[in-house]
Amino acid sequence: MNSAQMLLAAPEFWVLVMTCVIMIVDLFLSKQRQGIIHMLAMLTLVFAAIITLRGDYLVDGVLSVTAFAESFIRDPMGDVLKVFSFVLLGLIYTYAKYYLRCFKMFRADYYTLSLFALLGIMLLISANSMLMIYLGLELISLSIYALVAFDRNSSRGSESAMKYFVLGSMASGMLLYGMSMIYGATGSLNLVDIARALDSVGSNDVLLVFGLVFVVVGIAFKFGAVPFHMWIPDVYEGAPAAVTLLISSIPKLAAFAMAYRFLNSGLGDLHIHWQGMLASMAVLSIIVGNLAAIMQSNIKRMLAYSTISHMGFVFLGLIPNSAFGFGASMYYVIVYGIMSVAAFGMIILLSSRGEEAENLEDFKGLNQRNPYYAAIMGLVMFSMAGVPPMVGFFAKLMVLKAVIDAGMMWLAVTAVVFAVIGAFYYLRVIKYMYFDDPEIEIDMTAPVDFGAALTMNGLMIIGLGIFSSSLITICMASFGI
Amino acid sequence: MMIQELIFYAHSLVLVLAAAMVITVRNPVYSALYLVLAFFSAAAIWLLLEAEFLAIILVVVYVGAVMVLFLFVVMMLDINLVPLKEGFSRYLPVAVLVAIVMAVELLMVLWSKGRLGVDMFPIPAPNPEGYSNTRALGELLYSKYLLPFEVAGVVLLVAIIAAIALTLRKRPGIKTQNPASQVRVSREDSVRLVKMKSEKPREV
Repeated sequence: MNSAQMLLAAPEFWVLVMTCVIMIVDLFLSKQRQGIIHMLAMLTLVFAAIITLRGDYLVDGVLSVTAFAESFIRDPMGDVLKVFSFVLLGLIYTYAKYYLRCFKMFRADYYTLSLFALLGIMLLISANSMLMIYLGLELISLSIYALVAFDRNSSRGSESAMKYFVLGSMASGMLLYGMSMIYGATGSLNLVDIARALDSVGSNDVLLVFGLVFVVVGIAFKFGAVPFHMWIPDVYEGAPAAVTLLISSIPKLAAFAMAYRFLNSGLGDLHIHWQGMLASMAVLSIIVGNLAAIMQSNIKRMLAYSTISHMGFVFLGLIPNSAFGFGASMYYVIVYGIMSVAAFGMIILLSSRGEEAENLEDFKGLNQRNPYYAAIMGLVMFSMAGVPPMVGFFAKLMVLKAVIDAGMMWLAVTAVVFAVIGAFYYLRVIKYMYFDDPEIEIDMTAPVDFGAALTMNGLMIIGLGIFSSSLITICMASFGI
Repeated sequence: MMIQELIFYAHSLVLVLAAAMVITVRNPVYSALYLVLAFFSAAAIWLLLEAEFLAIILVVVYVGAVMVLFLFVVMMLDINLVPLKEGFSRYLPVAVLVAIVMAVELLMVLWSKGRLGVDMFPIPAPNPEGYSNTRALGELLYSKYLLPFEVAGVVLLVAIIAAIALTLRKRPGIKTQNPASQVRVSREDSVRLVKMKSEKPREV
């Protein structure tokens, strides 16, 4: 291996080094000057994005390059997902800074742990062997378990962290068990070699299918698809909003990359087997997610169930195992990240009075208190419901098109019916904001950077909708279309 | 050959039995001790495979450090398990059902023809003379598995940070040691010289 190959992982190295730097700088900072940590973290993200975008590694006709004995892969899909992770994390940090200040929880640990989670996300996106997939996953999970319990005075936070930890360990165990079966059947940890071995072993090998089941369980847990969704509502509700913001957005990008690499690059020949598993989980997720969300009065729980239904839609795109389907799924998962960050940003904005705005009633009369932020929340809700011309509509359209192209009309019909049912609870939030009177008269003020980030987030939702072809083209190009 | 097979089967049997005991005995201390036994048997099997380094590491790190720590924690926490186990039997029917389904599936895989039988896997050939397992392992770790190896290090670092972030807190009024001020102690802080008039013998 030469240094040029090592440089493929330059963004990862940069993030790792800067995380360690931030950790050490924090030791020398007084309480008043901790804002420097925030600036350093933002700087890390900006340069990570620059390094990723300036990577010039593709030779004509080659779609990907590997390094570190083929355990690390760099391709346009990974780059796009990584850059969006940086952008989303930048927004998350801006929202979280305000939250942490309001609740007197501003500590550098939040930044170091979330940057480690980002490193895990980047490594998982670029993982090309089962070993790297597992390590990336554990790096993300470990950082997030600790972040969920970040508010040490909240017993609910510790409880949900514990639940998440126990269930997450179970899922990791399942994934490892499945990996060991696949290793046993193919004799390799590397996804490329596994795909090669599948040609000779054949796709009906009972050992491989057995391993595949457990791998799919691990992937579904990471996405939070029904029936492996139990942790999502509890963790979303129990974690501080600054952490929920993080959990609900960028780890899903990594989960998509993991599903693509594992199911397509590695186990693509087993498509007939995993197709049915994913289809049933997608349908269940869309049904359970949308129906359960209607019954919630806590907005964090409502958004948790909405996440579950959105993940069902992401699965829809994976089912056909086609380049178009994966492109559509990738588009959906990025769009979902943007919408979810905006929604939780609004919750943070409303919870600046020493208590989190958890109930739907907290949104009552938001239009009278501050029409501008109410409009942004309205955009987010319309987009999540899938109303054109918001970006959420195009995301749904693309995955449905992928499923219909694959000849699975019933799947598309079910998804659309339940998406319409789901529109009810998004529109309920809008009804609260515009047609009810506020229960409290407090003027809403937010720092300039918070307002700017929220504005940018709202603009992304409507702008990427109106100029929808831009992001769609990027996503499709990642898969060579 | 005969003796080697005998050793292998003996240790495998102990390993499986010990592993079963780990999850069935009620006393957590016994459970931890059975885990130690399982580790020892696994180490012996590794020795048979000529993986001496791994075998020794398993004993030194897991038995010597991790399990001793485990025992400490189990003994110091002294958790009363009875209230925790209340209502456990409520879930028994579901649990049994899931367990049976999984067991049947496992057996179906194990008995599937020509995939997992002993005849499918040849006896590993002995290594040539002068073969060093430690050296081979080191070469692999720092070449082929360099990235996973480093990332595993990062995972451990995160574990340390997470543990500290979750437990270290500064509360007022707690009697803790401050090593810095302990080191900086000077003679003047604790020793005071008092001038006294010398005693004179009483005149008789």
